[in-house]
This record gives sequence, C-alpha cells and structure tokens, in this order.
Amino acid sequence: MKFSESSKDSFIKPLFKNNPIFVQILGVCSALAVTTSLKTALTMALAVTFVTAFSNVGVALIRKVIPGSIRMIVEMTIIATLVILVDQLIKAFSYNLSKQLSVYVGLIITNCIVMGRAEAFAIKNKVGDSLLDGIGNGLGYGAVLLVVAFFRELFGFGKLFGIVVFPTVQNGGWYVPNGLMVTAPAAFFLIGGIIWLVKTCNKEMQDAE
Amino acid sequence: MANESTTKTFTVAALLAIVCAIIVSLANVSLKDLQRQNQTLDRQTNILRAAGLVQPTEKVTGAQAAELFKKSAAIVVDLQSGEIVPDADPEAVEADKTNLRPLDKADDIAGIGSVPKLGVVYLFFNDDGTLDAVTLPIVGTGLWSTLYGFLSLHSDYATVKRLVFYDHGETPGLGGEISNPTWDRKWEGKIAVDKEGEPIIAVVKGTVNPDAQGAASMVDGISGATLTGKGVTNTIRFWLGDNGYGPFLKKLRFDEIELPAPTADRKDEK
Repeated sequence: MKFSESSKDSFIKPLFKNNPIFVQILGVCSALAVTTSLKTALTMALAVTFVTAFSNVGVALIRKVIPGSIRMIVEMTIIATLVILVDQLIKAFSYNLSKQLSVYVGLIITNCIVMGRAEAFAIKNKVGDSLLDGIGNGLGYGAVLLVVAFFRELFGFGKLFGIVVFPTVQNGGWYVPNGLMVTAPAAFFLIGGIIWLVKTCNKEMQDAE
Repeated sequence: MANESTTKTFTVAALLAIVCAIIVSLANVSLKDLQRQNQTLDRQTNILRAAGLVQPTEKVTGAQAAELFKKSAAIVVDLQSGEIVPDADPEAVEADKTNLRPLDKADDIAGIGSVPKLGVVYLFFNDDGTLDAVTLPIVGTGLWSTLYGFLSLHSDYATVKRLVFYDHGETPGLGGEISNPTWDRKWEGKIAVDKEGEPIIAVVKGTVNPDAQGAASMVDGISGATLTGKGVTNTIRFWLGDNGYGPFLKKLRFDEIELPAPTADRKDEK
C-alpha cells in the first residue's frame, strides 16, 4: 500500500482541524450518554474507532461494484455487522462494561460519524486512505469523549478511572459531587465550551460572517 | 457503468447479505457460551454480595462462586401459602413467564403489577450446618425506574444482614446512591419485621435519631432522594409482607417448616 501526501491528511485532519465532534458536530448524542466515566468513554472511543475504521475499509473495498441505487443500504449493512460484532465481543469479554454502556454500543449504528465517513470519504477513496480516515475520525471523536468524561467523572463522582480523587460526602469524605455533571446537560455545556475555546483560538475555523 | 443494472443490484445485495449474515452468526455462536457464563457469574456475584459472603467491590471467579454456592441451597417457595415446593427446579421457575399472579392496586405497594406465584429463595449455611442467611430477590419501583436487588436476613428471619441493589435507573448521585455500598451497609442489623413478622422497616428523611422510638427499624435517607427512598421502603415492605415472602418467613420463624440441606450435602447423599 502506498500512502500519498493526502493519506497523512486523512489521518491527521480529523484529530483536530476537522474533528468530527467540534468541527463537523457529528456523534454528539452518544457523547452525552457515555461520558459519565472515563472507562465507558474509553471503551466507546475504541469501539467507534474500530467500527469507523473497518466500515470505511469495507465500503472502500467494494466501492467500485456498489450500485448507486442501494449505496446507503450497503454502507448501513456493513456498519450494522461491525456494530453487532463489537457488541458481542464486549458482552463476552467485558460484561460489566457492557452493562454500563447498555444500548449505546448498539447505537453506534446511528452515530453519524460512521455513516458520514462512509458516505463522504470511503465511497470514493482508496482502501488505505479510508482506513486512516476511519481511525483518525474515531480517535478524534474519542479524544473529545475522554476530555468530557474527565471533567464529568472528576466533578460528578470525585473519581478518575474509578479511582477516588476527591472523597465524596456520601462515602464520608469532604467533596460534594456536582449533580449537574452526572446528567446529560453537563456534556452539552462541556462540548459547547470546547467548541467555543477551539474556535476562538483558531481563527481559520471560525465561520465566515 | 454497468453497476446500475437490476441483476447487478440484486447480486451485490445478496452477496453482501450472505457475507454479513455469516460474520454475525459466527460471532454469536462462538461467543454465546462465554456470554452466558458472564451472566450467570454476574447474578451469582450479586447474590453472594447480598449474602455477605463477597465484599461489594470484590470480584469472584466462576470457580470461587461455585465453591461458595456449595454451602447454599436454592429453594422454590409458594409465596401465597409460604410452603416450600420440593423438587421444583429454581432455574425453570425463574425462566417461567407464566408464573405470575396479578396484584390488586391496593396490595401493589411496590408498583410491580404482578407477583410470581412461585418464588426462589437462596439459603446460605454455616460450616456447622446452621443457617447463616436467607437471601430474597426483590424488585420494585423507585422514582424513575424499576429497582432490582437482593435482601438478606439473618437466621432470626427479622434482622437485615445485607441489602444490595444491582440494577436501577435512578439519577446518578441522588437516587442512584441506593447502589452505593456505603448506603447499603446502613441496613446491616436493622430490624425489618416486628414480633408478629409484619414489616416495619423504613427509610426516613435525613439521619435517624438513635433515641427515637423504633430507631432500630429506620435507615438514613439519601439527601435529595426522598422519593427513591420511599420506593425502597415500599419494595422491601412488599416483599417481606403477605404478598411477598411474608408467609414463608413467618412459617420459618415460628418453626412450622423444615429447611432443606445445602446443595453439596444433598449431592453426597445421592
């Protein structure tokens, strides 16, 4: 496989400059649901990276034979297959996490990032580039998830990766957990904050007025 | 391009469907055993935690759980009569979806609509063969969601040994604290039923005043979760009451029925 100059771009760009969450504003729904703890956020990030990477590969592999009329159904079938695979694997090897993530693994199917990348990139690009684009987008999504989860777990539960940082009053400590952090609106505020911060610092990302 | 012909469209769709179906089926078949083991172990761990044999954050392997369950017996109880149903298979009873009796609104304090006719009870024995704990599955309605848990009583059938909620959808940090082991442990040693065997235990608002009358049957509420606390009270009172395990517990307490031996001993006899 030979990577062109644009291959590097397809991997690097989604990490920041074309980040799926704070630039493309995709996949926000699951970013609200699974970011109450770092552990679930990390699992979700890896699961989404796996799915975007391999659905991109799958779509790119058969891009030349896909009839245009059933293009999206084909993409969806590939994505659904991968999501079921991930869901089954998590249930088999990490049962506790699968309970915490509940329906959200299955809902990766509806994550716009996956479908978005298949439709916008993999359908017209080479397999290698599509793989990199998938991984890049998955990681770009995962990075934002982890940042949000860091704040929510720390201020909502006084913990990081399940390890106590601030002992909470419920457990006899001093820290009064922030109730807002454990509910979905907190993720809206945090993601909104991130978008604002990133766009303020990067003039080129600002929308033209 | 020839991609758009009807034949081609059908061929691509069919091939893709076959390949995807094979992948999904393979994954499901090959991982099924592992998933089932996980589910069983998860349930067993929750029961052992409720029985006080495993600490809340401790993890057990399948072998360890099996070892601990040797000193236990799962029995099937006719909830209305309180009699033990001998030779009934607890797993079959749990899986039987027709095993339900609708409840009158007035009786349904736990908000569950119907109650099993046959209930499964887990008995845990000490090394000398005396009863250590009796563990009851409980289910009820909190503020937002259904609460699933296990309640263990000591061998006097009145004092709480431990309470565990393993599944619920209450607000994290508020009602969700019912599954915090720190709160669950506040139930230890509380008197759940009076001398006649009627449930009296309750979650109160705020902290229990140790000098108050009946303080031994009161549990500290969770701040900001008064309604979840009410749901917990009702759930526990329901399952210890006449429509729950009440008749069975009363019979045990007043020596009207005999308990079976632990599973391991029974196998030796055969």
